[in-house]
Amino acid sequence: MAGLLQRAQQLAERRLPSLTRYRRAEKLPIELHRRRIYIVPTGFGLGFSVFPLSIQKDTLNYANNAALLLTCLLGAASAASMLVAFRDLDGLRLGHIRAGHAVAGQPIELTLAFDSSRVRQAIRVELGRDATAFAIDAGVVMHLKLMMPTTRRGWQPLARLRVWSSWPLGLFRAWSWLHPEQAVLVWPRPEEAGPPPVAPAEDARHMRLLQGDELAALRGYRVGDPQRHVAWKASARHDDLLVKDFERAQNRPQWQLDWRRLDGLDDESRISRLARWVNEAHAQQRHFSLWLPGNIIANGSGPEHYAHCMNALAQLP
Amino acid sequence: MKRVPRPKGTVDTPIDSRAFDLLSATLALILALHAPHLPWWLSAALALILGWRWWQRRQQIGRVPAWLKLPMLALLILVVIAWYGTIFGREPGTALAVGLLVLKLLESETERDARVGISFACFALMVALLFDQGLIATLVVALGLLPALATLRALQPARLPSSARRTLMSNLGLLFAALPLALLAFLLVPRLSTPLWGAPSPRQATTGLSDSMTPGNFTELLTDDHPAMRVSFDGPPPPADLRYFRAYVMGYYDGRGWHRRSPDPHQAVAAIEAGTTVSYRITLQPTRQRVLPTLDVPLQAPAQSQMQPEREVLADKAVTEAISYAGTSASRYRLQAVLDPASRQRGLQLPAGFNPRTHALAAQWRQRFGSDDAAIVDAALARFHDGGFRYTLAPAPLGRDSIDDFLFSTLEGFCEHYASSFTVLMRAAGIPARVVTGYQGGYWNKLADYLLVRNSDAHAWSEVWLAGRGWVRVDPTAAVRPERVTLGAAAAAGDQRDWYRNDWLQDVRNRWDVVNRWWDQAVVGFDALRQRGLLTPFGIRDTDTGMLGLLLAISSVLFVALGLGWALWRREARDQLRAAMHRLERKLARRGITRRSSEGPQHYLSRAARALPAQRHELEALMNLYLSLRYAQDHPSTESVRAFSVAVREFRPLDVVK
Repeated sequence: MAGLLQRAQQLAERRLPSLTRYRRAEKLPIELHRRRIYIVPTGFGLGFSVFPLSIQKDTLNYANNAALLLTCLLGAASAASMLVAFRDLDGLRLGHIRAGHAVAGQPIELTLAFDSSRVRQAIRVELGRDATAFAIDAGVVMHLKLMMPTTRRGWQPLARLRVWSSWPLGLFRAWSWLHPEQAVLVWPRPEEAGPPPVAPAEDARHMRLLQGDELAALRGYRVGDPQRHVAWKASARHDDLLVKDFERAQNRPQWQLDWRRLDGLDDESRISRLARWVNEAHAQQRHFSLWLPGNIIANGSGPEHYAHCMNALAQLP
Repeated sequence: MKRVPRPKGTVDTPIDSRAFDLLSATLALILALHAPHLPWWLSAALALILGWRWWQRRQQIGRVPAWLKLPMLALLILVVIAWYGTIFGREPGTALAVGLLVLKLLESETERDARVGISFACFALMVALLFDQGLIATLVVALGLLPALATLRALQPARLPSSARRTLMSNLGLLFAALPLALLAFLLVPRLSTPLWGAPSPRQATTGLSDSMTPGNFTELLTDDHPAMRVSFDGPPPPADLRYFRAYVMGYYDGRGWHRRSPDPHQAVAAIEAGTTVSYRITLQPTRQRVLPTLDVPLQAPAQSQMQPEREVLADKAVTEAISYAGTSASRYRLQAVLDPASRQRGLQLPAGFNPRTHALAAQWRQRFGSDDAAIVDAALARFHDGGFRYTLAPAPLGRDSIDDFLFSTLEGFCEHYASSFTVLMRAAGIPARVVTGYQGGYWNKLADYLLVRNSDAHAWSEVWLAGRGWVRVDPTAAVRPERVTLGAAAAAGDQRDWYRNDWLQDVRNRWDVVNRWWDQAVVGFDALRQRGLLTPFGIRDTDTGMLGLLLAISSVLFVALGLGWALWRREARDQLRAAMHRLERKLARRGITRRSSEGPQHYLSRAARALPAQRHELEALMNLYLSLRYAQDHPSTESVRAFSVAVREFRPLDVVK
């Protein structure tokens, strides 16, 4: 059934481009306006209209004017709620979308920034299977988090978002498509297991004993500590002398990860192995450099460096 | 198959406590609305179930198990069948609907349940109007829509926090916005002149006059304060002692009570010589009877009704909805000056073997006064006046010879007893006499110039035929209790009425009746006939169904256009700072300091400061504020812009120094 519907929808998009033109990707920011908001009664709305209609025929038959008046009132209020539903969406603006990081196969987190010049309630956003709802106050930017499934590494275009609302009574559903022209970068999936990047001996060659200059902690004085490391002020409040201990950030060997050294593997396997090494290096807080065809990333460490390397891996042809 | 968890905000999610509370409140209101016409134990049981379910869901969210629910359902149906004998019809149907609605709450857990419940609740609300379509009932039902709408709102996900008052206001706003369209649809939806099927529930007994009278059967009527009819007069209203409204004439006495004779088709309508006449219009509440009360004595029958030989007016069909008719009556008259033998015989009919003492008394009077009928009437009235009779709505019961018992032993009763015994007494003395029932008195509403006649104004009096004068109205009750005629039933009953019928409240109720009358005329009584005359002011005499449909379509389109205009309208993001500056420029221009098109704000305001040296400091402060807001920052804060606009508003330019 669902498959049939999907096929029908695809057919409609191909055959009736004038009806579905807003479903093509477009540039951000996107502001919803009347020409792209559709309104249909919900199932509940259809069911709800049965009751007044059944009463209406009785009130007319038995000339019960009071009931007729109130039924008219209820009917008119329902019709007015359709306009309220429309107004709930009209003028809503999707400012930008920020994507998080995810490896292929895991859902990627999207942050959608909606803003509005007036109060809107109970707006629902659907992206594939994920759905969420939000209310937004006038002049406030609403950051909405949604998860989008990913399949493979590289640039992946954003799926179409459905924005809808059945505010206030749930009788009518105003909806619109949002199809931002934006792609998210999906990182490669690292291989499960494999050899370490370098031989231990080679490791030792790069070992350096470096004294960092970041203050990490205070510890008790040991004979041989330089005098300028004594924390005089802190020591004054203690019985013993305290010494500033500086972090040694560079106490691990640095890795040089190189595409060229992974002979005998196909491209995707190389990428997933490099991704694993980059992950490991990042987890162990190592310094590492990455050599890729057409892209050489110098030695570095930290989250930015890591993201840089993963992005480079993701973008490999 | 693995069940995919549904995203939140769909129909399967359990509703939150706010929505459930509102749903329960809606149902409680419906139950209260229907309680008056449900058996009290059913209302109590349903209220108990409602309260229990509300408490139970507060403790733990979840449906009530089926083993508890199904027996309740079966019990409900059984109880309704046992009590009413059927589940069809208005009362049993309503009892069943309200019961099912309360039982629906037992399984209301998800959004879908709540929505079904609310739809059904709206239906049950409207059903309440089948029992009473008065103004108050309609308003209460309309207010009942508010919690229902609030429930629907509470079912929506992700609402901004809002107080109960704000929710109420937005629902009220929705209803008010819908009101014009609703009124228009109400006016224009074509009415049926006759029901397509069925007749409105015949089983219901409304209190009202009936075409027979046995002493005691007025009691219910005399304590019913509902309006029976409203009368507006062309010209001044007749004085209180002439406000007799004739309904039934009863000429047949069977020893227990009085009955209306079915009219002889050959009998002619009694001739009348009218003296002063009164024209009036009566709006009659539904009575489910054919009789149309008219001011004593009617001259012609209104449209769609027949004048009966004894000058009663019967409509062609029973009055099942409020109707309005015009009439002309004679307040001074001579009715049937010549009595034919057959009528005379009918006027003297008495069953044999009843009330020997009454007969003896009548024979004694006849002997004493000879052929002077008027003297016998006076003697009887004097006896009522001086014989120790009491007016009470709770008289002692009477035996087989009820007239004897009343006249000689109990001596207490109300209009029925007096009219009945007086008439028997007259007949026994050989004077043609009959009982007339109808209404007497009423409350004159000065605010809107009409006479309100309640059911409690029902009355019975006598007519005796006197040679040369015809049928003369004699009210023996007036002999006992003159206030009954001059002040009305309430005064006559004295302190026998309940506390809630005291004068002050009665007064309020009488005034309130103006609104009720308006409602009855404008809304409840708006029928096919009135609808056809809707466009008379615009020169269209007869508005037919096609025309109504066209009008409805046109006006709906108009309202849709208005609604769309509202929906599509977007407030321009106004530049508040610029607006405030414009206001300042207008103020200064009134003093002759006009900004030139090429002039910058600094130059302009400095010039203004020079022209108004007394306000130089104020103007310079305004200028500096404007310059800093406009040029020193990209997005000036809302507060400072507001401060500037307040300063502009408070600035009053004085006269220019030339």
